[in-house]
Amino acid sequence: MTEPQNIVTMKGISKAFPGVVALEDVDFALRRGEIHALMGENGAGKSTLIKVLTGVEHPDKGSIELAGKPVQVRSPQHSQELGISTVYQEVNLCTNITVAENIMLGREPRRLGSIHWRKMNELAARAIKRLGIDIDVTRPLGDYSVAIQQMVAIARALEILSARVLILDEPTSSLDIHETNLLFEVMRKLKNEGLGIIFITHFLDQVYQIADRITVLRNGKLIGTFETASLPRVELVAKMLGRTMTDLDAMSKVKFKSEQQQADQAHLVEARGLGRTGSLEPVDLELNMGEVLGVAGLLGSGRTELANLIFGIDAPDTGSLVVQGQRVSRFSPLESLKRGIALCPEDRKAEGVVGDLTIRENIILALQARYGWFKYLNMQKQNEIARQYIELLGIVTPSPEQLVKNLSGGNQQKVILARWLATHPQVLIMDEPTRGIDVGAKAEIQKLVLQLAEEGKSCVFISSELEEVLRISHRIVVLRDRKKAAEYSGEVDDQTIIHTMAGDL
Amino acid sequence: MKHTPVLKRIRDSRLFWPLAAWAIILLFDAIVEPGFFQIGIMDDPVYGGHLYGNLIDVFNNGAPLMLVAIGMTLVIATGGVDLSVGAVIAISAAMGAVLINPALGNELITNEILTRDATNTPLPLIILADLAAGTLCGLWNGLLVSRARIQPMVATLILMVAGRGIAQLITNGQIMTIYYTPYFWFGNGYILGLPVSVYIVALVFLLAWLLVRKTSIGLFIESVGINAKSTYYSGISEKNVKLLAYTFCGFCGAIAGLILSSYVHSADGNNNGLNYELDAILAVVMGGTLMTGGRFSLLASVIGAMVIWTFTVTVYTLGVPANALLAAKAVLVMVVILLYSDYTRRFMNRFFERRGPRHGTAN
Repeated sequence: MTEPQNIVTMKGISKAFPGVVALEDVDFALRRGEIHALMGENGAGKSTLIKVLTGVEHPDKGSIELAGKPVQVRSPQHSQELGISTVYQEVNLCTNITVAENIMLGREPRRLGSIHWRKMNELAARAIKRLGIDIDVTRPLGDYSVAIQQMVAIARALEILSARVLILDEPTSSLDIHETNLLFEVMRKLKNEGLGIIFITHFLDQVYQIADRITVLRNGKLIGTFETASLPRVELVAKMLGRTMTDLDAMSKVKFKSEQQQADQAHLVEARGLGRTGSLEPVDLELNMGEVLGVAGLLGSGRTELANLIFGIDAPDTGSLVVQGQRVSRFSPLESLKRGIALCPEDRKAEGVVGDLTIRENIILALQARYGWFKYLNMQKQNEIARQYIELLGIVTPSPEQLVKNLSGGNQQKVILARWLATHPQVLIMDEPTRGIDVGAKAEIQKLVLQLAEEGKSCVFISSELEEVLRISHRIVVLRDRKKAAEYSGEVDDQTIIHTMAGDL
Repeated sequence: MKHTPVLKRIRDSRLFWPLAAWAIILLFDAIVEPGFFQIGIMDDPVYGGHLYGNLIDVFNNGAPLMLVAIGMTLVIATGGVDLSVGAVIAISAAMGAVLINPALGNELITNEILTRDATNTPLPLIILADLAAGTLCGLWNGLLVSRARIQPMVATLILMVAGRGIAQLITNGQIMTIYYTPYFWFGNGYILGLPVSVYIVALVFLLAWLLVRKTSIGLFIESVGINAKSTYYSGISEKNVKLLAYTFCGFCGAIAGLILSSYVHSADGNNNGLNYELDAILAVVMGGTLMTGGRFSLLASVIGAMVIWTFTVTVYTLGVPANALLAAKAVLVMVVILLYSDYTRRFMNRFFERRGPRHGTAN
């Protein structure tokens, strides 16, 4: 019947949520010993398909076979017992307990009924070594960077002895190049051991680097499964978007136009020796009207720290910050908001969205913060603003009353952008605004940034994707080891920046 | 999408579960104690004609708990908890008693002075002092939680323990009886046949409702309770939001203390408002507000408080001795917790969904 090498076969899977059809008659097959990329825009149904496979959601229709045997995945626990391990997009571990505890949680080796700590630490250390990293497993997970935490999550997933299927949901979005290559090595090794790996990512490069086959979903429907070698990149993108890339082509023109407009005006923001002990060494920085300032740097180079200082999350202990000619003396988000500075934070889930509030409430939150307690926007006005930005940013939702936690990552990011745009900021700082979101939404956000610059606003664009920093920035600041390493005009080539980031220049 | 089956919409409403719990208790009363619902008119020599009966008792005696539940709702919605409301009630009651005491300032307090129906302090001042004392307590809790960043449970535990001591200090360690007729009006009086306390609850409820639904405070409280960090990043002072919630909770406790001391004609630092914090938490939980904070409904909490008091009155009507009340309440708590567990809800949803569509499509 079916090819025996298929470890997972999903047939005719359909799943509907209130107001949305998330999956419609989708087939999917994963072979033994292959790395299979699952591609699609936000809301294409990737996450839902994974949730169905891991028992988080139950399909309305369709069947799942595991190694040729029909199964019904009842719960995440059950899927683990069946040998399906998952590492989710956002690290879902506990930062306050040790690395070893995180890896072994729920499977602790026991002796006389209590946990055998020494053995547990040994097992955990071996699991983490398998990934080729060397860390102290007895330290709290929170002591390590997000990248290491991601590795721990993978180690945990692999610890499940009978793992036959490994699902990696955006595993590389917070890893640097070195760490990504490390992960790929591990993936190849596991593949050769006969594991089937489902790899979800938005980085096209990585897909072509490692995936054997690609399955593309769009709007809950299967577009097709392809051998990576026989699917040119342009075609893949076209299949994911259902349209061509003209949007991106148009972008560089907008950039040039606004560059010409930009004359010698007074600086909108001027930082002199702005720094904070233990977080950022003193930096000088100017921001002009109508420009996009790109910030590049490796993980931990001080990118987020810079954003937090300008926005007032942290108060600087050296230097000065002048915004629109006025020296800033009090640092807090509220003060920044009043001065026309906005920040879309790096950690969308923890610092950005308020998941259990509706889209409308999330959008008006910052504006309402500026109005204060007693000038409450009436419902009509709230709806008006919400609808306006849902339309402007193309947020996909059946209604403004949808809870934000039910939206996909890209749409959540747009909600946060909408929250700040509604306050009409002069300066918009965006910390990794396109992390973990799909090509289409990425392009839309980049376009929006340039549009804002054209309207005379100034944007700080922080991203670990060099290519996008280069594409839309008028000037680029490179940070390294919590210091400003260099500043370039937007015409610089990527090699120069990479060398600056690495410290060769 | 708009046409969610009516049954489901009703079940999704925050008021569904507390109302259902109330209905079950009332139904039980109707069967076991047919006289439970009788309401008569009594001619009171002091307060004139007014209604009386078990249901009126529920409202009158339950008023302090309802007030405390309103304040507690806001605190819990921010993701905190206030364990000190019982102690705040005692402080407020002690404040009232000590100011009414006509011997205020005298060294010798004789029984003769205490039982004189008079006071040297004007009534408005007494009330003001009551409210100020409770509100200050709330402010203190709020400062500890929002500024000193102490965990709410620990922060309010301080006043929960110390508060009763403060109340005793105020009354000089005595259980102070109150003899001042105008003061009794709050806990015993009637307006148009209904207890005064009912009007006070309605007034405070209205005030709280205006505060959270007609200003942005309600939204901010929910936002803080769901994700304090995101809320802070959005430019909202989560500290001030928390400060306000705790202060308001203290204010509610103060009014509850006023009514309670007026009702029992005395101030007892040890026993006034005993266990009210726990009942209030239970009422709020019954009203569907999560202990982790977030969405809340004031009305649902008040109904939750009503359920607790209806239950209490029911237990008394059945002739269960007072000392067994706590055990009976434990059963209520257990049932509530079971009913509200995710498991039960999922079970109920599935149960209704299997038969629901027939009703749904008929609409």
